[in-house]
Order: sequence, then C-alpha cells, then structure tokens
Amino acid sequence: MNMHAAPQRTQAETALIEAFGERLSELPGDGAVMVKRDDAIEAIKDGLPTRRAEAWHYTDLRRLLAVVPPYDQTANPKPLTPVVEGSAVLPVLNGVVHGKAPSVGGVAFQTLSEKLIDGSLAPALDPRDADDAVSFLNTAFVSDGWFVDIAADAKADAPIEVQNVQAGGQVHARFAVRAGAGAKATIVERQSGSGAALSTSVSNLLVGEDADIVWLIVQDQPETTTHLAQFNAELGKNSRLTLFVMNAGGKLVRQEVRVKVAGEGSDFQLRGVNLLAGDTHCDVTMVLDHAAPNTGSRELIRNVVTDKARGVFQGRINVYQQAQKTDAKMACNTLLLSDDAEFSTKPELEIFADDVQCGHGATVTEIDRNHLFYLMARGIDEKTARGLLVKAFVASVIEELEDEPLVDALEARLDGWFAEHG
Amino acid sequence: MLEIKNLHARIASTGTEIIRGLNLTVEAGEVAAIMGPNGSGKSTLSYVLAGRDDYEVTEGDVLYNGQSILEMDPAERAAAGIFLAFQYPMEIPGVATMEFLKVALNAQRKARGEEPLKIPEFLKHVKEAAGSLEMDVAMLKRPLNVGFSGGEKKRAEILQMKLLQPQFCVLDETDSGLDIDALKIVADGVNALRAPDRAFLVITHYQRLLEHIVPDTVHVLYRGQVIKSGGKELAHELEANGYAGIIEEAA
Repeated sequence: MNMHAAPQRTQAETALIEAFGERLSELPGDGAVMVKRDDAIEAIKDGLPTRRAEAWHYTDLRRLLAVVPPYDQTANPKPLTPVVEGSAVLPVLNGVVHGKAPSVGGVAFQTLSEKLIDGSLAPALDPRDADDAVSFLNTAFVSDGWFVDIAADAKADAPIEVQNVQAGGQVHARFAVRAGAGAKATIVERQSGSGAALSTSVSNLLVGEDADIVWLIVQDQPETTTHLAQFNAELGKNSRLTLFVMNAGGKLVRQEVRVKVAGEGSDFQLRGVNLLAGDTHCDVTMVLDHAAPNTGSRELIRNVVTDKARGVFQGRINVYQQAQKTDAKMACNTLLLSDDAEFSTKPELEIFADDVQCGHGATVTEIDRNHLFYLMARGIDEKTARGLLVKAFVASVIEELEDEPLVDALEARLDGWFAEHG
Repeated sequence: MLEIKNLHARIASTGTEIIRGLNLTVEAGEVAAIMGPNGSGKSTLSYVLAGRDDYEVTEGDVLYNGQSILEMDPAERAAAGIFLAFQYPMEIPGVATMEFLKVALNAQRKARGEEPLKIPEFLKHVKEAAGSLEMDVAMLKRPLNVGFSGGEKKRAEILQMKLLQPQFCVLDETDSGLDIDALKIVADGVNALRAPDRAFLVITHYQRLLEHIVPDTVHVLYRGQVIKSGGKELAHELEANGYAGIIEEAA
C-alpha cells in the first residue's frame, strides 16, 4: 500500500477504520486471526491504493471508493435460487452462515467462522503483497463463509453453489475449496444482493493431482454496490481448472484472479464475460504463474460496455524459468455500444523460460453496421437486432463451457441483462 | 404497387450522387428487370429501397401501395412486405441461422398483428422451403451464412424469401456466383412465388438470369436514371448489341 506519509484520510478510509473498532468484538477468530486482522487494518490506515500502485493503475481505489456504509445488523437477505437447478446451495447471508450444510457424497462442508475461531484459517489470511487491498479489507472484516472439502476421486454430480448475499451495509465472506486427487466438481460462486453495500469476498482453491474443476463466478450486484473480490487457485500435477467469470452488475467492481499453474502437465482456462452499463466501473485483474513444465492456459475475455461504464482487464502471465513448453494465450475483445463507454486492457507477459509459446491480443470494436442492416432488412427491429449481435459476441464464450445446464443458465442471465440494458 | 418518382439519392458520407432522377413503376403481379452497366446505380437502388442509411434521398419519393416509405427504417419496410435478396449476404458469426429465421419471421408476424408461429409449424415451413431449394437442413444449424459457399448464400436468401412471403421482392444480382444448376433451382424458387399480388424487381447485369425468370418489363439504368424501358425483348437486344447503342440513343 501507500507507504509514504499518508495524506488526510478519505471519508471511506475513516469509515473503514471506525467500522473495525465497532465490529472487532463481534468478529470471530482466535489470537492468531486477530493479529492478522490488526495487521490488515494497519495497512488500510496507511491509505487505500491509488493509481500510483501499478496493480491499481486503472482503478484508483482511494478515489473511487467514495462511501462505505456501516454494517447493518438488520439486513436480512434471502438465499438465492441457484444458477443451475438441483445444485447444493451454501449461502452466506449478510456475512453469516445460517442453517445446515447440504449432504453431498464425497464432499465435507465446514463453516469458516469455525475455522476462524480455531485459528486454522489464519495462514490463509496473509496478503500477497503490500498492494493487496482486497485481502486487507476482507481479512480485517471477514465474518464467515464455507470450507468445501472434496475427497479424492469424488465426482460431484450436481454443482455446488456458494453464495455471498447482501441486503445493504457490509458483507465480507470467504470460501475455501480443496479438491482431492482425481476429484471432479463444478463450483458456482454467487456474488449478489439487493442493497447499497460494500461487499468483499475471497476464494481459495486447491486443485489436487488429476482433479478437474469448473468454477463459475456470477456477480450481479446492484448498481449501488462496491464489490471487491479475489480468486486464488493452485493447480496440482495434470489437473485442470476452468474458471468462468461473469460480471453483470455493481457500481465499483474489482475481481482479481491469481492462479498458479504449479503442477507439471496442468491446464488453466479462463473465460470472462463482462457486461457493463450505467455509471459503473469494473476491473478484472489476473496474475497467472506458469511454474512447471508442459502446462497450458488460455484466457479469453469478452466485454460489452454501454452508457458511461468503464471496464478494465489487466492480464499478467509469468512463465518461470523451469516452465518449459508452456503454451499460454490470452485475448481480450471489447464491444463498445456508446460514445461514453470505455475499456482499458493491459496484457503483460514475463517469460524466463526459452522454449514456450505465449501470445496475447486485444481488440475494441463497435457493432458492425452491415450486420445490423442485414438483420433489420429481414424485419427485425433495431433493438432486437442489436441484442442478437451483442449476444452473438459473448455467447460463443459461454458455449465453450460445453455443459448444457450451465450454458443455458448463463445465456438466460445474458438475456436478462440485455432485456434491461440492451 | 411500387412507384419511384424523380428519385435522387447520394452516398451519405461523401455526398456523391448516384441516383439522379429515377422514375419507375412496378405493378402488382409484375416482374420488372433492371439492367445496366457497372456503376449505373443498380445496387444503390436496391439499398435505397431497403432503407440502408449509408444512402441519403435528396429529392423525389418512393411510394409503396400509395404510401411513402422514405421515413421507414429497414425493419419497418421489411415488415410492410419489402424484401431485398442481397448480392452479398452477410456472414454473421454467433447468430444461429435457425434462430435468425425464427426471430425474423415472428418479428414480421408481430408487426402485422399476427401470433408467433409455433416451433413445430415453423420447422415444417423451413424444411419444406429448404427441400424445394435442395438445401441441406443441417446447414441451417450453422451460424448465419458462415462458411456457406456463394451459391449456398444465394439459396439461403431465396429460402428467407419463401419463408417471409414478402409482397415486393428486390433481387440484387442473385445470379452472380451461381452455376447453371444452382441458377435453375433459385429461378424455380422465385418463379414459384410469382403471384398476382406480388411483384419483383430483378436487378441483373446479364440476360442469363432472365431466361429463367422471364420478366414482364425491362428497364435500362444508366447514370442513375432509367434511360429505356421495354418488354423482355429489350433484354435480348442488350445481350446482342451491348449497352452502347442505347446509351448513345438516350444521349
């Protein structure tokens, strides 16, 4: 964070520091956890990151985080209907787990408030670096969440859906998933709500050898909510992780993705769809480490930006010296639908191995007028025709999931967004 | 059915005038052919009729069933029954052909105050139309026109025409890119649609197409004006003698 003499605190920084004092006695955790919380709030006292911090260059958190609402004890959100029918649902409502975990064969669940109280979560609360503001905010205030332990060779038939749901105020949740060797599962992470909130969420995933995990992040916060989230994963030997991120809401959103492709022969796939409207700001920042030989990754981000929305994608791929034969490709394509819409892309490759294939590309386009005329010449009104073309732009990314219930569910959300913003 | 009166149109971005005082009347049930050398304004005329906003009408009017269409956007014109079979149909990745056909058909039905077609009925229509044009239905599962050959694209245009059952059909160089067998199939498709309450404007560079779609009237377009009109024998005259004589005559 900003280690220089801090200028006068912003209203948001002051509110965070005061909220910590008020919430401290209510927050679960043993001594070790409390030390982490203290360290985190000290970092916030030094000031939220500004554009001078490279990782926050396009998202000046100090400037953009204008207001922090106080925690609202009376907020009473309801669990969400899962994205895919028949999923095992694990809600965190207003920052707290209610009720019992569902029963899923080969999968054990534990609340994270338990792991905060017994201190076993403390090591996971360490920040990555001095600019890890999402981690600081979450560590200081995290109240609950779920630990999902998938046994070796377990195959979960239905998706497991974790939910962080707010109804105003503040929510700070965490999710931890350990997938044993050879396990196979689909995890859906919902970030949603109905109020004007500050929401943070951190997910940690460990993918065991030969395991195959599909993880979907579906964020559709209201246009009044600040949502700061982080997804961390480490991949074991010959394992496979497909991460799908859909952002379709929020006033100020930062979704960090930090993946270490650590095991030889493992493969990481990132697909992102960012649907940005209104006067909002959404930033997806990825840091991907290829740390072992013969690993692959492909990142494909598609953005639709309208109104006065601003989007950011920062993608950094680090290829370690020992990570020979790495095959990594990153692409970010944006469709701008209004004159005031903006999108910034910053791809970075840092390669220390000498026998690799790495590439990146970025495009920014508008709707093709020839395509629009063709559709309209068949009697399709302009709004519907635009909707078809915009949907075509992002639907191909969704269809790559090749899982019919997931594809249908996500396309339904796409239709919902277009109905509202198209 | 269609009355073009002293039409002037220019390219919106450059102001270059392409249509310069064009007059043409097409009656219900008529097949009118527009012929002319390259650059005479044939394709521009088709786009102006369909409502493409790259072109600007500066003078004159286009009346369709007595009503001016110039203030209507392309979708409104299509819903009113005007259809343009494109010279170069667009490839649109990500839009499934079947979905497109369904949305287009139902959009037009809705604009006319009709109920959307039920899926089985819709599929039946598509299969019948595809069969008559010797098209493989599997092709329609692909994205719109993507990976279609030139001939397949032209057939797909006629397929859309058969499904949408327009009143006034503009065929812009539908023969280009077609081999003789495909040309016959496409022409048969068009001839099957000939009806007393439907009219066609067939735009072509060559007489070849008009052997299969026999026109009632032939109009020669040159420098944005109709310089000569006649019966189908005019097409034969053009084929034999070229445009030069007629152009000289008009000048």
